[in-house]
Amino acid sequence: MPSDTLEAVSEIRELSYAEAVREALGQAMEADERVFLFGEDVGVYGGAFGVSGDLVHRFGKERVIDTPISELGIAGAAVGAAITGMRPVLEIQFSDFVTLAMEQLVNQAAKIRFMFGGKASVPMVVRLPGGSGTGAAAQHSQSLEAWFAHVPGLKVLQPSTPHDAKGMLLAAIDDPNPVLIFEHKLLYKTKGHVPAEAYRVPIGQAAIRREGSDITIVGSSIMARKAEAAAERLATDGISAEVIDLRSIRPIDFTTIAESVRKTHRLLVVYEGVKTMGIGAEISAMIAESEVFDFLDAPIVRLGGADAPIPYNPVLEKAAVPQEDDIVAAATNLVRRGEA
Amino acid sequence: MSAHQKPNQRPELAALDDATVARALTRMHLIRKFEEAAEASYMRGLIHGTMHLSIGQEASAVGTTLPLEAHDYILSTHRGHGHCIARGAEPKLMFAEFFGKETGYCKGRGGSMHIADVEGGNLGANGIVGGGLPIAVGVGMSIKAQKNGRVCMVFFGDGASNEGAFHEALNMASIWKLPVVFVCENNKYGMSMDIGRAMAVPNVADRASAYGMPGHCLDGNDLAGVAAVAKQAIARARSGEGPSLIECKTYRWRGHSKSDRNLYRSKEEIEEWRNQDPIRRLEDELKAHDRFDAAALMKLEEDAQREIDAAVEFARTCPDPDPKDLTRDVYAL
Repeated sequence: MPSDTLEAVSEIRELSYAEAVREALGQAMEADERVFLFGEDVGVYGGAFGVSGDLVHRFGKERVIDTPISELGIAGAAVGAAITGMRPVLEIQFSDFVTLAMEQLVNQAAKIRFMFGGKASVPMVVRLPGGSGTGAAAQHSQSLEAWFAHVPGLKVLQPSTPHDAKGMLLAAIDDPNPVLIFEHKLLYKTKGHVPAEAYRVPIGQAAIRREGSDITIVGSSIMARKAEAAAERLATDGISAEVIDLRSIRPIDFTTIAESVRKTHRLLVVYEGVKTMGIGAEISAMIAESEVFDFLDAPIVRLGGADAPIPYNPVLEKAAVPQEDDIVAAATNLVRRGEA
Repeated sequence: MSAHQKPNQRPELAALDDATVARALTRMHLIRKFEEAAEASYMRGLIHGTMHLSIGQEASAVGTTLPLEAHDYILSTHRGHGHCIARGAEPKLMFAEFFGKETGYCKGRGGSMHIADVEGGNLGANGIVGGGLPIAVGVGMSIKAQKNGRVCMVFFGDGASNEGAFHEALNMASIWKLPVVFVCENNKYGMSMDIGRAMAVPNVADRASAYGMPGHCLDGNDLAGVAAVAKQAIARARSGEGPSLIECKTYRWRGHSKSDRNLYRSKEEIEEWRNQDPIRRLEDELKAHDRFDAAALMKLEEDAQREIDAAVEFARTCPDPDPKDLTRDVYAL
């Protein structure tokens, strides 16, 4: 087949987010025998969200390992394997359960390199399905990424597209540091273009999903997708929104955000985690402390999760996190206030 | 072994040749002298952090590690100076770390509670009670995947055996038959809490049965006895039969840390355990069997003291880290 035909095939190739993650895992294990997967029900069951799927049949039980329900233990096992030459990829079944593994991630994984004077590295990846919208209530729906972004030594990613889910996971597996990847559960079935080859999406770079001139909307994880949809609607209303998909919250790509705000003069930050003390607070403060502050024509606005646990009732559950309508309304208010 | 030694030696002691015994004694002396010098340095204001001394527990650290091979791994605890020295760490680099110097094992970033010598197989002491236990499981997984024949020995205290980490780690190591040796140094107190008040069974080793592994409850102040059991457990781990739990009953002569006023135990109890000094016990037994004379034993102790004195001097003169390097090793590049 001529190469241009191959490229054409590659361009139209679509995978779901979950399939993209699985493809990355399979390619990483094929390329590097140090890589192995483990977690609760990742083997024959295929993972609670079907992400590991058939990998146990392709790579065997020695490399796709079902673990007891021992989150602290398996997080520690990832640390131990990482510091002795392996490349573990751990799945925490629901990101909420990471609360049981905090000790190993925060005290051990994040700090070992530093405490040991740079004489060890901890190349481990933790995948954490998170977020609300599935009716799973308060202990199975949280967005805890900001907690970990507060910890020097960790890297924290939130890919929002199948393309990034694959490319950032492969970059994370290559990375010599502990990397946590928060995957929004509602994104698993979303589809998008995913090249077949093993490519990397660099950690620490935000993506401009849509260019615009009136307002910058920064979204992380599923909120980047909602922001894109909101921007479509805003466009029909004559508002030109620039949408930035954060992708990585530690390290955070302040440059891309700052350059955009310098151009649009307005900033709206949207994230699903609890608004108070969250990602938006950090981004707002970074802008407020920088010279870009002088370019603002309006106050910075944050849309984040309510100061409440995620409720079970579907109406309440929707009300607890920002929706597309909220983004349209907030952006419209921000842009119009200057025109009144 | 000397030609004149008397018969009726215990098999555990007879199994250790003179060179091995001398090495063990030297390391026990080094630990004791290291801890004494650390305490003295603290009193003189040379050390600003806290420390957890293991004086009285030397036979446990040295006995368990004696049968390990050079490429084996250990994971240690907040009371971990002894484990480092038992595995051959250099006291001068340990003191440099303790004094917070750039030349220390961890460039002054870790201090007393985080001494590690990763290249030497010491994967680090740990400031979190039970922190090393799950890590040992992962080290065991590495060894198994890499088929490199190593063993991982992980130390923890009686207090750690009440952490969930202990139970999760023993269970996983056992279901996967990992090459791990769990060593509980039961010094009777989790800070001030007597183990009798903190645990519903009399021995930590009793808990091994819940995880389908051998549990050995030992006199932790008997170097030869500890080494004999450790040898079995290490052989079992290395052969793929799985982990073991060794409990060394011992005692820390000093308080938990520098803030301890010993309100929870009596002078008589401390005195009773001082009479069980693991170093003197071994020396007495060696003399009784004519394996070493008093002069030879004295020389081992004096050599150790000289090495420690020199180590302190070395550390004092080393440079402090530069504040411009504060964030240098937060991330690997």
